[in-house]
Parts: sequence; structure tokens; C-alpha cells
Amino acid sequence: MTRQERTAWLFTAPVLAIIAAMLVLPVTLALALSLTDYSIYALADWSNVRFVGLGNFAELLRTALFWRALANTALFAALGVPMAIGASLGAALLLHDTTVRWKPLWRVALFAPYVTSVVATAVVWRFLLNTRFGLINYALGWLSLPPVDWLGDPHASIPAILLFVTWKIFGYNMIVFTAALSSVPQDLMEAARLDGASRWGRFRHVTLPAIGPTLLLASVMSVAGFLQIFAEPYVMTLGGPAQSTVTVLYFMFDEGFKWWNLGQASAVALILFILILAITFVETRIGKRNQWL
Amino acid sequence: MIQRRRIRAIVANGLVALLTAVTLIPLVWMVTVSFMPRGASSHFPPPFWPERWSGENYYELLVRREIDGAWFDYRVLPALGNSLLIAVIATVLGLLLTVPAGYAFAKLRFTGRERLLKLLIAGLVVPGQVAMLPLFLLFKELGLVNSFAGVILPGLAGIFAILFVRQSALAIPDEMLDAARLDGASEARIFRSIVLPLLAPITVTLALFLFLGSWNDFLWPLIILTDQSKYTLPVAVGAIVREHAADGELMMAASVVTTLPVLLIFLPLQRFYISGLLGGSVKG
Repeated sequence: MTRQERTAWLFTAPVLAIIAAMLVLPVTLALALSLTDYSIYALADWSNVRFVGLGNFAELLRTALFWRALANTALFAALGVPMAIGASLGAALLLHDTTVRWKPLWRVALFAPYVTSVVATAVVWRFLLNTRFGLINYALGWLSLPPVDWLGDPHASIPAILLFVTWKIFGYNMIVFTAALSSVPQDLMEAARLDGASRWGRFRHVTLPAIGPTLLLASVMSVAGFLQIFAEPYVMTLGGPAQSTVTVLYFMFDEGFKWWNLGQASAVALILFILILAITFVETRIGKRNQWL
Repeated sequence: MIQRRRIRAIVANGLVALLTAVTLIPLVWMVTVSFMPRGASSHFPPPFWPERWSGENYYELLVRREIDGAWFDYRVLPALGNSLLIAVIATVLGLLLTVPAGYAFAKLRFTGRERLLKLLIAGLVVPGQVAMLPLFLLFKELGLVNSFAGVILPGLAGIFAILFVRQSALAIPDEMLDAARLDGASEARIFRSIVLPLLAPITVTLALFLFLGSWNDFLWPLIILTDQSKYTLPVAVGAIVREHAADGELMMAASVVTTLPVLLIFLPLQRFYISGLLGGSVKG
């Protein structure tokens, strides 16, 4: 072994060992666990564990709340991704305008919510969204709109949580998009302007193709993020009203650590993993086919 | 023409200012409500500024006192201490483990490097939640449930951090390292005297990522910590809000205590954070 090789192993072995113990081993065990009926009885004594094959998965497909959680999570992603990406892009375009001054200052202020704790700011938004005394309904009243029972109406609960999530995360992709916007070819932009292209035309045919790959990558990552929503409903709605904000992870947490059905919960975690993998795969395929990536 | 440009400047700057104001209102409101006397925020129209500034929420939240002969507190100060201790240890250990590894993957030749690298990249797609349930059982066998070690350990499997360091270390010129080797410097010496100074800025960035990640982490500490006295701040605040949701002013004080330390660390170091974020997005 060369000196370089010895040093390399000295440098990498500790973290690789931790990755093996904290990620590889547990994920393998999760596969095994999902095929057993590990429950609160097994927690007391391992001899109570039985192999049930794909029984957990079959059981899940018969559980109405699991389907509900899947549908809620899909709704979170389907509404949340366009909302968050749209907000990020809008803010980035606004910040990119040449006439805007003090850009670094605005950038930091708009990014600040991203670094705060989800739990702490979810608490704040719970009160902002309060039906009677919340600032949001007060603002709606200003626009002479009727108040909304944000966290009490099953139809409004997901949009309400998404308002909060968008507020919290849009700064991240805004920064990414501002960087992409500054790489838009200026000579092409100038040529389009001289040819009399409208502002929308220039955005559609010059800006969008240039930032397309960044937009797609951000969307792919946002989908994965929205599929893993947990803390927001845990703090803001406790999964309610009428189970309208029970997400897949929320379901997994309850199943695993409230009812101690760890076999069943592992099956949920694996299904979520497979869904994320599949969606990411399809999205990148579509992106590659259209040569966006 | 100049006239039109001025109008546009006013509109654009105005819109940015408006967007910033809307974004910051929740944070400012959090602070002002936390200083209102109990119940003062439950009025219509909702007050934005306290009529009388009061510290009673912070007093109730932070100070232990006797109620009906029994000691009572919300255990927020201990949680603040726990969060700080855990975040500092997680950051230091994370840096010690991943900075040398990231450099090794970029610049040191060893058999199996490319294959390991591919495995690490593949590992990035595994969501942490898949590992959580078996980890809980493993930690239960090892007696790590309800311990700080149990909170910190899974976060040390920093694949993202290794790749992040590697990305920057790739830019170090090989000639520089080879010259030092010819002069007889040991590999450890090269790492300490040449590589580390070059990687200093991204080490600060990574430290920020690790610290904020640990401080804001919620699901895993919620699972592994069972004893109130061991709670981190987000877990403690989560527990309080599920029980005392009606006391708005008290909850705002709890949120201020949780978010303020993070913002105080982030603001002076934001340059490092944002540059790191961009370094990650333009790779590939």
C-alpha cells in the first residue's frame, strides 16, 4: 500500500464506517422489517416476531387512511411545487431587474425564513392563519373578501399549510434562479429586443430556454421535498381537520411510534422511497427526452 | 425614454420592498406578539404593536417557579442548552469526519475510489426516514435511545457533506500537492498546511449547514428522545404547542427563543451560506 493510499483510508474509513452503520445497515434492515409483523409485543420480546411476507403491503392497500395519506401527499406536491417554484421564479425575476438597488440586502431578507426552524415558524403561522384574530384573514377583510377557516376547513387546510411552506422555502430556489438568470446570454436578449420581441416573448424564447435545466432540477428536488412533508401538519393541524393533512410520513410516524407497528411502518417508508425514486426517474427521463437536462 | 426608465425603477424597487415586507411580517409579528400581555393579541382587528411591552411570557417560559408546592417549568432553557450542545458536537464531528474524506475522494489515489464514489452518489437518493425505524430498534438494543449520542450519530453519515467538500477540493492544483510531496512533506502535513487553508471558506459554509441542520432537525430527535429533560428546542416547542396552543403570546416567545439564535448566526455568515448553496447548484 502506498503512503497516499494509507492516508486515503485513514481519511475515509471513519465516515464510511458510519455511513455503513447508520444508513446501509438500517435500510437493509428496513427491507427485512417490512416483511415481519413487528409490533409492540416484539418490542418486549424478539421471539414474538413472525415473518409475514408481503402481508404488510397487502394490509396497507386495504387501509383507507393510507390511501387518504397518499392522496393528501400527492395534493401537497401537485399544488406545492408550482406554488413554490412560481414564487421563487417571480422573486428571482423581480430581483434580477437592472433597476433594483440594494440587491444583497433584499436577498438576505427574503432568504431568512429558510434558515429558521420549521416547528417555530409553523407555530407563528398557526396564529397568522387563525380564523378570528389572524393577520391573514384581516388582510382578506381589507380586500373585502370573507374570512377563511384556514386550519378548520378540510378544503382549506392543505392550501393553508402550503402558504406557510412557500413562505418558508421560496428564498432557496430564488437564490438558485438568480444565479441562473445572470447566465442568460445578454447579446441574445439585446438582439430580441432590437427585433421588437415583447417582454413576454423575450422571457418565453430567450430566458426560459436558458434557465430551463435549472428550473427542472429545482422542480425534481421540490417534488421529493413535498413528498416528505411531516413537521408542518404535525405542529399546525395534528393531521386534521377530518384527516385532511395526514401525509405519508405522518401516517408512518403514527403507525410506528404511536401504535408501535414497526413492521407496517417500515412498509410505508419503503413505499414512499419507491414512489420518490419512480417520480424522480420519470421526471429526469422527460427532461432528457426534451433535452432540458 | 429616461422617464420610462425611472417609472420602471420605482415600480421594480417598490415591488421588491413590498415582497420583502410581506416576507418579514411573520417574523416581526412573532417578536412583537411575544412581548404582549397574555391575551392581548386575541382582539379584532389584530394588534401589530404591543400597547404595553411586557416580559411576562419570557418570564413564564424560561423561569422555574413553584405552583401549589410543586416546581414547574416548560424546560425551555434546558432545551436551549441541549440544542446548543448537540448542534456544536454534531458540527465539530461532522467536519472532522467529512472534510478529510472529501479531500481524499478528490485528490488521493486509492483502489476502489471511483466505485465508492458511485455508491455514495447512489446513497444520496435514499430518504433518511427509511432508516429511522430500524435505527430506533438498533439504538434500543445499544441503549442509545434517549441519549444525545443517539440524536447525533445518524446525522454523521454525511454523504452530501463529503461530496460538497470533494467538489471544492477538485479545484486544488495537483502540482501544488506533488511539489510538497517532492519536498518530503508527509500526507498529513500536506493536508494540514496546504489543503485545509485552501478549504477554509467552504469549511465555514459546511459548518453553517451542519449547525443549522442539527438545530432545526425535528423528526429524528422527536423519535429518539423520550425524556422531557433531554428534548431539543424544536421538540420542546412542538410538545408545548400541542398542549398550550391557546396561549398565543407564550407560543410566540417560544418561537423567538428557537429562531433567534439561528438568525444571529446566519446573518453575519450569510455570504458563506449563499455561496455554498450556489456551489451546489452549478455542479455536474
